[in-house]
Amino acid sequence: MDFLIGHYNYWVVIFLMMVGLYTVISRGNLIKKVIGLNIFQVSVFFLYISIGTVAGGAAPIFAEGIKVYSNPLPHVLILTAIVVGVATTALALALVVRINEAYDSIEEDEIHELDHSL
Amino acid sequence: MGNNISLLLVVIPLIAAPIVAVLPRGRLPWAVALLVTSLCALLAGMQLWAVLHGGVISYELGGWAPPWGIEYRIDAVNAFVALIVAAIAAITLPYALLSVEQEIPEEKIPLFYSALLLCLTGLLGITQTGDIFNVFVFLEISSLSSYALISLGRKRQALTAAYQYLIMGTIGATFFLIGVGLIYSQTGTLNMQDLSTILPEVLHLKTVNTGFAFIMIGIALKLALFPLHLWLPNAYTYAPSVVTVFLAATATKVAVYVMLRILFTVFPYGFALATPVEELFMVAGIASIIIASVYAIYQEDVKKLLAYSSVAQIGYMVLGIGLASATGITAALIHLFNHALMKGALFMAVGAIIYRIGACRMDQIHGLGRAMPWTFAAIVIGGLSLIGVPGTAGFISKWYLVTAALEQGAWISVVVILFGSLLAVVYMGKLIEALYFRPITDSGKEVTEAPILLLVPTWLLVFANIYFGLDTELTVGVAEKAAAILGGGNP
Repeated sequence: MDFLIGHYNYWVVIFLMMVGLYTVISRGNLIKKVIGLNIFQVSVFFLYISIGTVAGGAAPIFAEGIKVYSNPLPHVLILTAIVVGVATTALALALVVRINEAYDSIEEDEIHELDHSL
Repeated sequence: MGNNISLLLVVIPLIAAPIVAVLPRGRLPWAVALLVTSLCALLAGMQLWAVLHGGVISYELGGWAPPWGIEYRIDAVNAFVALIVAAIAAITLPYALLSVEQEIPEEKIPLFYSALLLCLTGLLGITQTGDIFNVFVFLEISSLSSYALISLGRKRQALTAAYQYLIMGTIGATFFLIGVGLIYSQTGTLNMQDLSTILPEVLHLKTVNTGFAFIMIGIALKLALFPLHLWLPNAYTYAPSVVTVFLAATATKVAVYVMLRILFTVFPYGFALATPVEELFMVAGIASIIIASVYAIYQEDVKKLLAYSSVAQIGYMVLGIGLASATGITAALIHLFNHALMKGALFMAVGAIIYRIGACRMDQIHGLGRAMPWTFAAIVIGGLSLIGVPGTAGFISKWYLVTAALEQGAWISVVVILFGSLLAVVYMGKLIEALYFRPITDSGKEVTEAPILLLVPTWLLVFANIYFGLDTELTVGVAEKAAAILGGGNP
């Protein structure tokens, strides 16, 4: 039981990761795929932040009387990854807009049919 | 000076990219991009020379000593790969002028060159850096710019191809990120050199093994290893000709380099051998070679045929890695170089046909070989190199691969390598038949030879194919040195 509760953030990570990946694979709507991709990436952000925790550690801000700090490096790393995630989402949405203009649809199966009926 | 080159290679194209984006329309953006890529190629050449004669170069970014700061660490392996990337970029740029003017809307041309330079930044960055998280950042820089570049293709399928690549590429990069995080949680470091000293102590942990698996799958997606190659054929087919030339010759090669680094430098040499990775690579490599080659035979679009052939060629490289001997790694590195030459030449020649007739379906190119003799000759020599005929670069790679397989007594691999060459004869033969032996179509009679500006870079690569097939001192010498650094020398 301790194992289950003590690692609850990792269970959340695994759950979100699976939900995100499943959405990307199973949905045919291009926007829903992007949402799935975002959930998948966010789960990794949680993973990194969980890794950075030090038991009993305070937030990594220098202050008197505090001996134990959490590791700030994963936070910094994940800031970079968040920026990358934002850029990816922006580019993906831009592509979906262009696809909608070109095909008049954002459903994968309809686009597939339009390409192969020509 | 030697140390600064390693950083300049990344910083110069990075700074040039936004400058090019705001330049006025016309040929100025192209000229600046040409200058920058030529400079990078020169610097990469100097860097390789410096590494071969002076040993490992280490550059500490911002003066922070590794392992705390990011370190650029250059040895024969990444200097070699950086030279391939920079040289291909420098040869592609002269070719780009006319091809891009025809295929890209005028107002987007400065942005096109800007994205191309960003892609170069990312690819060179991956080769230069000695920090594993930095690899992820540069991987995403190069990937994001290549999604944008692919989406600029003329057909609307380019958009869906770019979208598909974006989804799969992002999943691959995120897998890589998960793996890096898991390994960091057990080692507390991101510096590759530091990791290689700490990792042996924690190899028994499940977290580290899981991280290793995540990283391998992530990179396998990026290098389009069968069966994770689904994004590649469409992306290469519908991208503008110049982008196809550049990406086909560089992007997957850099991914192969990352795989070699993680397998043999970051993780101790014996580790990969103890996991099922080597067998998986052998199986995936063999499956790539046979299945992708068979797919290539049935393609009606010439670019798609070459794209499937690229998947097969990646199979050869992975097979070389899978053999896990000094000769195997040498063969993989040699093929990495030679494949950049042959695919670069072939995609350039096909791009020249597209420049003239606007398409490259098999039934549209009938008899064009006689109308465009120089382009046709380039395709023939490039094809011979792809097949592995003696006297071409392709022969050298196949020779080393077969030698490596024989050393290990891997008879199935030997048979597959030779059978793969036979399949290459079939699909290149099909292309050459359409180009030369079919009667010329009515519209084809008015087609003239491609402009000289497209032919010169193409033939530069064709000559390189022949030159490196005869004089192997540079390729084999450097590849052997690199393989020794990767630890293949002492299994």
